[in-house]
Amino acid sequence: MTAVTTNHTPPSLTPDLVREDNYLTHGSGIMSWLFTLDHKRIGVMYLISVIASFLLGGVFALIIRTQLSTPEGVIWTTQLQFKLYNQMFTLHGAVMIFLVLIPGIPGALGNFILPLMIGAKDVAFPKLNLLSYHLYVIGAVVIVVSIIFGAVDTGWTFYAPYSVRTDTAVELMVLGAFILGFSSILTGINFIVTIHALRPPGMTWFKMPLMLWALYATSIIQILATPVLGITLVLLAVEKMMKIGIFNSAYGGDPVLFQHFFWFYSHPAVYIMILPAMGIISEVISTYSRKPVFGYRFVALSSIAIAIIGFLVWGHHMFPNGQSTLLGTIFSFMTMLVAIPSAIKVWNWLATMYKGSIDLKTPMCYALAFLFLFAIGGLTGIFLGSLATNVQLHDTYFVVAHFHYVMFGGTMIGFLAGLHHWWPKITGRMYHQGLGRLGCLLVFIGFNLTFFPQFVMGSHGMPRRWARYEPEYWPYHAASTVGAYIQLVAFILIAVYLLHSLFRGRKAPANPWGSGTLEWQTTSPPPHDNFAVAPTVDEPYNTDNLVYDPAIGGYVNKPTDTPAGPAAVPH
Amino acid sequence: MSDTESTKPGHEHPAHLAHHFDNPQQQYNAGKLGMWLFLTTEILLFSALFCWYAVYRAAHPEVFIYAHKFLDVNLGAINTIVLLFSSLTMAWAVRASQMGDRRTLVITLSLTLLCAFAFLGIKSIEYRHKWHEGLLWVSRYDPQHHDTHEGHETAHTQAATTPAAVPVVAAASATTQRDAEGRIVETLVIKEPAKDLHVGPTGVVETWTEKHEMTQGHAAKMGESPRLAGLFFSIYFVMTGLHGVHVLVGMGLITWILIRGARGEFSAQYFAPVDSVGLYWHIVDLVWIFLFPLLYLIH
Repeated sequence: MTAVTTNHTPPSLTPDLVREDNYLTHGSGIMSWLFTLDHKRIGVMYLISVIASFLLGGVFALIIRTQLSTPEGVIWTTQLQFKLYNQMFTLHGAVMIFLVLIPGIPGALGNFILPLMIGAKDVAFPKLNLLSYHLYVIGAVVIVVSIIFGAVDTGWTFYAPYSVRTDTAVELMVLGAFILGFSSILTGINFIVTIHALRPPGMTWFKMPLMLWALYATSIIQILATPVLGITLVLLAVEKMMKIGIFNSAYGGDPVLFQHFFWFYSHPAVYIMILPAMGIISEVISTYSRKPVFGYRFVALSSIAIAIIGFLVWGHHMFPNGQSTLLGTIFSFMTMLVAIPSAIKVWNWLATMYKGSIDLKTPMCYALAFLFLFAIGGLTGIFLGSLATNVQLHDTYFVVAHFHYVMFGGTMIGFLAGLHHWWPKITGRMYHQGLGRLGCLLVFIGFNLTFFPQFVMGSHGMPRRWARYEPEYWPYHAASTVGAYIQLVAFILIAVYLLHSLFRGRKAPANPWGSGTLEWQTTSPPPHDNFAVAPTVDEPYNTDNLVYDPAIGGYVNKPTDTPAGPAAVPH
Repeated sequence: MSDTESTKPGHEHPAHLAHHFDNPQQQYNAGKLGMWLFLTTEILLFSALFCWYAVYRAAHPEVFIYAHKFLDVNLGAINTIVLLFSSLTMAWAVRASQMGDRRTLVITLSLTLLCAFAFLGIKSIEYRHKWHEGLLWVSRYDPQHHDTHEGHETAHTQAATTPAAVPVVAAASATTQRDAEGRIVETLVIKEPAKDLHVGPTGVVETWTEKHEMTQGHAAKMGESPRLAGLFFSIYFVMTGLHGVHVLVGMGLITWILIRGARGEFSAQYFAPVDSVGLYWHIVDLVWIFLFPLLYLIH
């Protein structure tokens, strides 16, 4: 599926750009894409694959919501059929997490933007980068194939002992996740080394754009946490096949050990997903408020703090699962600590907007939506992080709503903000702002309608993962389903205007938004080697010397500089 | 070693310098950092297994004390020496590549490769013994005919006595009695509490007693064979197995740089691949350095 899509897009982009030498026209044919070492093309391939996976996971989500639109279930009504429901929410979770949220921002946007932001020609290890993408595709294919051999019905967490007992293709699914883990690790290594080794002279750590800090923190987690997931999944598969007695209590194994191992990765993985989104929000809010990020150092270091503290909170997934009270107390305390760096970020973003010249372009609308949704997602996390309320809310829809507010309201909204922010840079085309804002509004309304009622029904005791429910929860479920379909409409709208922009969109200037970071100093789309002339390094959010030029619809350096435009600033 | 001549970006690049690096030094540093980060992931990969070991050793100390006696300390020690020696030759090879000494490079890398073969050879002998004796992971743990083994076991006295007692068990549970771990312990009584110990609150434990009778061939003479003795071999096979896989990968990598080295591709200016493979090999060694005492030298 991926290969086909990849095949389609480039030609559609090229027609009237042929004469320009940019990364899209540099080499043609499928092979020049599938085996490219250019980080920009790899980023675009990731982007297409992630969007395709999002489509798949979205369809699963709609099926789930449709099933739940009546208390008795619309699609599946008998006990035997409910296994299909279990498979459906497992696939939704696995696809969204392993194929969309984790590789989404680093793989797609990060790959494209990171070398540009430091004015480099590429990431440190281009071949490794390509390998990482290929592994992603292989992992995705294995996961899709596992559906044919018996879609997993364990939930995306693969909890033992059920996962070693079920007759579904757990082995294949975890093999897919294992391969994806490798992909993720390689991306992490690449990003850290790139940031260390390829920064231009003059860009010190505290002159890096905050997106880079976020990606750096993300990469640390990818490197330190993913191997543990990898070995855990291998052990699970070995346990299922050979019965070695590690997680299966029937052979003297310990299911809680699986949960420890699993969440040692999977909780930090939440920060793999959210940190890059936070990086995007920093860029977007600064750009469209026309102000440098307030409290730059705090925002930068809070990313690192989240990465570190994120490793010490995994036990909050297991409060009622046989963990000692002492451990529970410690994990609860550590969980509360995460609120501090998160709040630092949110307040600094608000302070950045304060007295800024706010320009409500589409990315900024998404950033505002992010602030709102992430605040709700984060604050409800405190309910779940407290021991007492957790016992009440554990495994209810409250948890479902909470992590969707963080993962969708945080990561996906951040991804959409970044996609709209860098779309002109990636494709060289401008999209329709009015439709963009409308799409954002629809996503926002649809999302809240879907997930806010879930907080309420969760606190009333509606358990998660149930294929049918008591009639008293019906109004909430009905609202939730309506919200899901509004989101469907929103995403169709977004797809339509973005695709339209590829063919009919106005050609993008080098710096359409007036951003100060380096990627806007090169043309849109950038040439194969990224920069015709080495970009000048300054404070990351200094936009004082930029001025809007109505003739090209973008920002250029003030006339006292070189009149040739931002790309030609001499070193 | 790092005194590479500073090639200016404008100058003609050395063949091994990728286009996106300014100079060989930058490329070398990037590669080295990348390798260290990769090694970090390797350590974390194994750390989960060490956690498994720690948790189970704390929960079932008697299993470890009992079962480790079936491992052959002599073979383990020889393997340790073999690997340590291979680390020496590997470090020597890195040095040789830095000096541009092709002959020494080829010799030392060949020696390293030879050590790796020796290690896996000895390991396979150990595996074969375990296989024949039914000393396998918990579901296949079914000890039998230990007489084949005495040559090695006489090394330490306790072990020499225990294997002799085991055959009785085999007779009792002949067919697919993979649940031979159902044996009851006399000295250190595990019985029911053991399960409550580790899975109690989840309430999933009842399966143990339902599915696995506790009454299988219990050898009275054995006395000391704990109920979950097979867990030790689960850990043993997974840990040494994963380590073995790493040795195999290392052999592939060493072969690769051996061929490149024989072609004379490395010099004082460019030796990063040898350096990286060397680091990897040392990590593989290091893991064994921990595995050996943890598995073979338990008291």
